Amino acid sequence: MTVELGHIALIFALCLAVIQAIVPMIGSFSGHTNWMRVGHSMAAGQFVFVALSFACLTTAFIQDDFSVAYVANNSNTLLPLQFKISAVWGAHEGSLLLWALILSGWSTAVALCSGKLPLVLSARVLSVLGAISVGFALFLLLTSNPFERILPIPPVEGGDLNPLLQDFGLIVHPPMLYMGYVGFSVPFAFAIAALIGGQFDSAWARWSRPWINVAWVFLTIGISLGSWWAYYELGWGGWWFWDPVENASFMPWLAGTALMHSISATEKRGVFRSWTLLLAILTFSLSLLGTFLVRSGVLTSVHAFASDPERGIFILIFLSIVVGGSLLLFALRGPTMRSATSYSGWSRETMLLINNVFLVSSMAMILIGTLYPLLADVLDMGKISVGPPYFNFFFVPLMSGLMVCLGFAGFTRWKSTEGRFLLRKGLVPSIVSLIMALTLPMVMVEKLSWSTYSLTAVVILLLVFWVVTMSLEDLWLKSRGKLSSLSGLSGSYWGMLIAHIGLAVCALGVGLSTAYDVQKDLRMAPGDSTDLGGYQFQFIDVERVEGPNFIAYRGNVEVRSGDVFVVSLSPEKRSYKSGGQVMTEADIDGQLNRDLYVSLGEPLGDQAWAIRFQVKPFVRCIWLGGLLIGLGGLLAALDKRYRRRRLKKSVNVKSEGLAFE
Amino acid sequence: MNNSRKQRLQVVLLVIVAGALASGLIIYMLGQNANYFYTPSQIARGEAPGGVFLRAGGMVVEGSLVRDMDSLALEFKVTDGSAVLVVQHTGILPDLFDEGEAAIAAGKIDKNLVLQATEVLAKHDENYMPPEVKESMSEAYINKRKNAAGTQ
Repeated sequence: MTVELGHIALIFALCLAVIQAIVPMIGSFSGHTNWMRVGHSMAAGQFVFVALSFACLTTAFIQDDFSVAYVANNSNTLLPLQFKISAVWGAHEGSLLLWALILSGWSTAVALCSGKLPLVLSARVLSVLGAISVGFALFLLLTSNPFERILPIPPVEGGDLNPLLQDFGLIVHPPMLYMGYVGFSVPFAFAIAALIGGQFDSAWARWSRPWINVAWVFLTIGISLGSWWAYYELGWGGWWFWDPVENASFMPWLAGTALMHSISATEKRGVFRSWTLLLAILTFSLSLLGTFLVRSGVLTSVHAFASDPERGIFILIFLSIVVGGSLLLFALRGPTMRSATSYSGWSRETMLLINNVFLVSSMAMILIGTLYPLLADVLDMGKISVGPPYFNFFFVPLMSGLMVCLGFAGFTRWKSTEGRFLLRKGLVPSIVSLIMALTLPMVMVEKLSWSTYSLTAVVILLLVFWVVTMSLEDLWLKSRGKLSSLSGLSGSYWGMLIAHIGLAVCALGVGLSTAYDVQKDLRMAPGDSTDLGGYQFQFIDVERVEGPNFIAYRGNVEVRSGDVFVVSLSPEKRSYKSGGQVMTEADIDGQLNRDLYVSLGEPLGDQAWAIRFQVKPFVRCIWLGGLLIGLGGLLAALDKRYRRRRLKKSVNVKSEGLAFE
Repeated sequence: MNNSRKQRLQVVLLVIVAGALASGLIIYMLGQNANYFYTPSQIARGEAPGGVFLRAGGMVVEGSLVRDMDSLALEFKVTDGSAVLVVQHTGILPDLFDEGEAAIAAGKIDKNLVLQATEVLAKHDENYMPPEVKESMSEAYINKRKNAAGTQ
């Protein structure tokens, strides 16, 4: 029964979404305030029904109801409870339902927080969100129904959730990522509403900004978690593969980052108006593309698309309506929007423009590299995969350029900044950075020689110290060297500072772990030992242990540094009972400045095992940086000025409103 | 031509030049880093270029995995049903690598038409077969049927 209830609740949600999409939009044109208010209650109602539907599916998982095809395919009785729950979004249908749930959640949040918005605007925003909801609910119900039954004879035992997905990271990662993806539907809806109404002013930008920030924070955390998960769960120490699945989440992040920066100029100075709108559309379109790329199976094979034509065609139609429709609207309305003011020289506007060029070019390059193999396959040009060298070749210089400019972020002023002023402020930091970058690589190696002196490390340290010292110098000047004045700085400023330093920390992790990473794959018999990166690893033995739903071989490796015992690591090789899948579970000893990473390969006979040993300096900084970036975004979103009383604002709307016709 | 027009023209020219350079570079880098997939049959016929990084794969032949006793060097054979390709590799094989299952190896073809692999990939779960392998297997199967029909 619960399953049917879930199905019906989803249908109800669809009906409410249809009303939410149509009625407030009509009301906004005819001027009926009652009609415009309908969207708010529909959004809340829709959220209740989608949540009910989601709860029903979760119940089916917890109760092992294998008469439901989706449950039977992705869960079994042996699975621990928390993984039964996370299995709900472990595959296509359930993850789409999660998407719909989060979308209705965001819509409700907009409805609740829209008190200070003009009713016409909030009605249109909710109407656009409702229309997206309709698309997703239809997609779920018509092509990917998670509530479908296997009748008349349901299986006794289910399949298995891929063991790689049986992990805490995977409980949290997809919801975080989706909160980000879907969160960008709010600025998208704001952009469409602005295009329809022709009112695209500073007030508009100020209303959208906190939403963009919050969505972006979730996406940042989601991507960091994904990378962290790949690092410890895939078992071989990689943390970014330029895999299409990763690219799918990274592209909206880059576009969203560009959007965050460009909209600040739009709000403060009224410039880049149409560009900001375009970025809002682009970011959400990339989020949609990402969802579908990952979940439709098109990546494993273009032909999977053809084998399930309904889904494929629906996706293509949906994408083309969203992307094509909004771009058409943009083409009709966008060009009439003129920048209100001008700017010149090395002003903050110019720097933000440069920032956008770097971010959007990176995004475009990744998009091309990700879609090219699909295109080649469709056109019968052969089966291609694009390797990491392509991405690194473009990404590294683009990001280095971005970091050079980023150093000036705090110093630049709106309208115009003198180049000489920037040079003067940059003098001390550049000298400090240069000295640090040239000397530190000498201390970081055991034996210094020309071959161990890493140029990669020099370049990365130069960039990192540049960003950090420039940020701190700016903080020093802004606070006039007094601790008491630190609290007077705005949340936006702290957010910017912390996010920028976070980027530097992340870059430090990426650069140093690339430059100084050492790795050995060895055949080890019990008692064998090996030296790596200043540590001695001794392989003691392998024992058999039993887990809740797997059997494992557990290796025993002792690590020493000189005569000092450091840690005992026990990497595992697991074999899962239900699917018979084998998985490598690495063991990691983590510190801020280095990770010791040991993974058990395969048995080679005579009690010998293939083992991979790795020492990864500063690798943790990558995710620490990711967290700092997220924290920065959060601080900026919580800035007081977004929560000022509405009185003043409604006056602003009129005065700042830009004549459109 | 007045000053602002001149400025605008300069910007447009700059954008065109930068755009052309960027797309040229992207096309070149894609060409350099696009790794093509070849079937064992194609390699046996000499269709795969030597010394170029590529991917090849098929089903791992039963009993073909041979390991060196002192190192992690190993050798195995993959087939698409009609031809066999020898793959040599030093390192740890992926968890789901098994004889009789699908695998893809990436590396360069040497003079003896042996694939010197720097990376071996296996399927990600027990039901999944890399689409390239699936396709080449079915192609080989069709060709076999055709040949069998031809000899009769």
